[in-house]
Amino acid sequence: MKKSLFFGGVHPAPKKELCDPTIIRLNAPERVYIPLRQHKGAECKALVKIGDAVLMGQKIGDGEGMCVPVHASVSGTVEDICERLSPDGGKVLSIVIKNDGKDESVPATPISAEGDISIEELANAVREAGIVGMGGSAFPTEVKISGAQDKIDTLIANGCECEPYIMADDVLLRTDAERFLKGFDLLKRVLKASRAVVAIEDNKPEAINAVKAELPKFEGIEVAVMPTRYPQGSEKQLIQAVTGREVPSGGLPVDAGCAVFNVATVTAIANAVFEGRPLFERVVSITGEGVSKPANYLVRVGTSFEELINASGGLKEDVVKVIAGGPMMGISQSELTVPVVKGTNCVLCLTSKACEEVTDPTCIRCGKCLEVCPIRLEPLNLYLYTGERNGDMMRALNIMDCIECGSCAYVCPGKLMLVERFREGKRLLKEGAV
Amino acid sequence: MNLKLSSSPHIRGKDNTRRIMLDVIIALMPTLIVGTFVFTIRVLIITILSVGAAVLGEFAFSKITKRSNRIGDLSAVVTGLLLALTLPATVPYYIPVIGALFAVIVVKGIGGGIGQNTFNPALGARAFLLLFFPVWLVRYTEPFGRLPLGNIPAEDIITTATPLHHMQMPALPDITLLDMFIGRTPGCVGEVSAIAILIGGAYLVWRKVITLRIPLAYLGSVAIVSLVFSKGDSPLMWMAYSLLSGGLMLGAVFMATDYSSSPVEKNAQLVYGALCGVLTVAFRYFGIFPEGVTYAILIMNAASVLLDRIFIRRIYGKSGSKEVSQK
Repeated sequence: MKKSLFFGGVHPAPKKELCDPTIIRLNAPERVYIPLRQHKGAECKALVKIGDAVLMGQKIGDGEGMCVPVHASVSGTVEDICERLSPDGGKVLSIVIKNDGKDESVPATPISAEGDISIEELANAVREAGIVGMGGSAFPTEVKISGAQDKIDTLIANGCECEPYIMADDVLLRTDAERFLKGFDLLKRVLKASRAVVAIEDNKPEAINAVKAELPKFEGIEVAVMPTRYPQGSEKQLIQAVTGREVPSGGLPVDAGCAVFNVATVTAIANAVFEGRPLFERVVSITGEGVSKPANYLVRVGTSFEELINASGGLKEDVVKVIAGGPMMGISQSELTVPVVKGTNCVLCLTSKACEEVTDPTCIRCGKCLEVCPIRLEPLNLYLYTGERNGDMMRALNIMDCIECGSCAYVCPGKLMLVERFREGKRLLKEGAV
Repeated sequence: MNLKLSSSPHIRGKDNTRRIMLDVIIALMPTLIVGTFVFTIRVLIITILSVGAAVLGEFAFSKITKRSNRIGDLSAVVTGLLLALTLPATVPYYIPVIGALFAVIVVKGIGGGIGQNTFNPALGARAFLLLFFPVWLVRYTEPFGRLPLGNIPAEDIITTATPLHHMQMPALPDITLLDMFIGRTPGCVGEVSAIAILIGGAYLVWRKVITLRIPLAYLGSVAIVSLVFSKGDSPLMWMAYSLLSGGLMLGAVFMATDYSSSPVEKNAQLVYGALCGVLTVAFRYFGIFPEGVTYAILIMNAASVLLDRIFIRRIYGKSGSKEVSQK
């Protein structure tokens, strides 16, 4: 086994084999629900009113500041604009569009056929296309691109997909590596990166081969095959694994001279620049032991989880959790009416067997959490001090550096809810409560 | 549809406390078996009494203090087992009972419960017994001797000098290294056979219950200190006897590695182990008892939190770890 190139980490069973490794195009549903905030930042203002006719790809929400516009994913009529539950938890103002079934699209206006554009032009195109980090972070991609100007030498495409179960990026690379590489090549040229690395974990040989097969068409792009280990796909850990550099505490990847883009995000950038197509559909894995036919679907943004689950043969009886995202960092959902958003890479249906009930969690100070923490924190002591609301020790032990990857909680034999407590601790510190 | 909401991560590894404790129990079996073989069935009776008292004591304490009952995690069984193995086979049967109750109620329970106690419960209890019943804790008999099943009056016990008694003189013991390695030597029931302890230790390392850091640092430092400050004609022989005699092996593999009472930071563990070794040799050379493992480990138990703070790792993305004040 090759040595892991970042600190700590765990190796949960990959469970990737549950899904069929193809992309099935899912018919657009009767209604889509488009939340006006699908990214980290400010909520969009609706650009349409109830009763308006909209076209597929039409911008229907935008705003000022750190805000990414949203687009209609079907053509039809705006039926309602109301608060609805979003998969990130909490309610967000959402535009409900009744699909007319015609998929009438706004005329596509490619930005450039060759991709010889400036960084400002790229940032603007990416913003107008509504692109956010599609690996789950939903960070505005425009901000990343603008911030990278003259600051980076290394560009990394994140195809690790280190969370168990999820296959969305894997199938995307297997299916259309060329489109992805065109986007990556564009980023490399525009951001003037001297090194461009596609990082894929070694448990995805098909994706690696698909990318390698297309590689001769492009110059100066390398494929890095990473030994499979969670959380390799975390930005900080991937930078460490690929370059040996560390992102300074409290800093951003550009502070380590790097920019990291998820492979689905890169593909969306290619679509936006070369085809003028905004981000309104994406690949989602619907998987887990709790769903009858796990599969990977190309889904319109705004499709409800229910719709996806029905397409996959429905939930099994012993389902206890439906999660947006993966089993390590995903968010459990209370309602299946929540829609797929730009950052939804997976709808995971877990049974009671996969997620056991925890009673009476106890720390035995075994120290296993220290061994796996990719930031090298002391989770067990942070757990203790956060419980005591000891703000000084929480700061001294660097709680704010926790990336909430869940590795500590995964290995904990005492079954402590570590991540939950750390989130609470960070909130207390931010609010100045301790 | 009733969907459960909870914080990530939504999946957990297979490890659990009970399984870890079961592994420790399994790892102690070779030592218990050899101990019984060498010092008769009395060893089993002492062990059963010690384990029984530890489990009942923990159960009673949880009821009285209205804490959740955790005897199912088997940690009380481990405590009882470890305590029994640190006693001579000749002790009256009330000794393991008193010791086990003290271990689980005072050292572990009042000390904060599992994971929170500062001192190793079994060793804390042994130190307590050594203070109150010194006569009983230093009466060692020949290996493979005959011992009655009932209580033995103190005057009936033919005590034998252990290798450490010889070394206190100082003189090399008249027992061969091989005998000491396999367990044909006087001593406490769980400390005589190095090979049995090492087999258990290897099992624990293989099962990833412990790492080699603390045992190797401990044994390594005893080796170096006893070699450098040798009292024998042959420093190497002196070192070999130092390593194989007394409770060192049992202490280094099973006691100093106790989760609750040892440091968690890697470098802190190395220093902790090394200082356990230095203190052990110091107690052996300058103390009134021939052995010093119990007190060496207990003193270092008290220092573990401090060591963790001193040797805190540099975290990802920080050049030097910030100074951290003490707990």
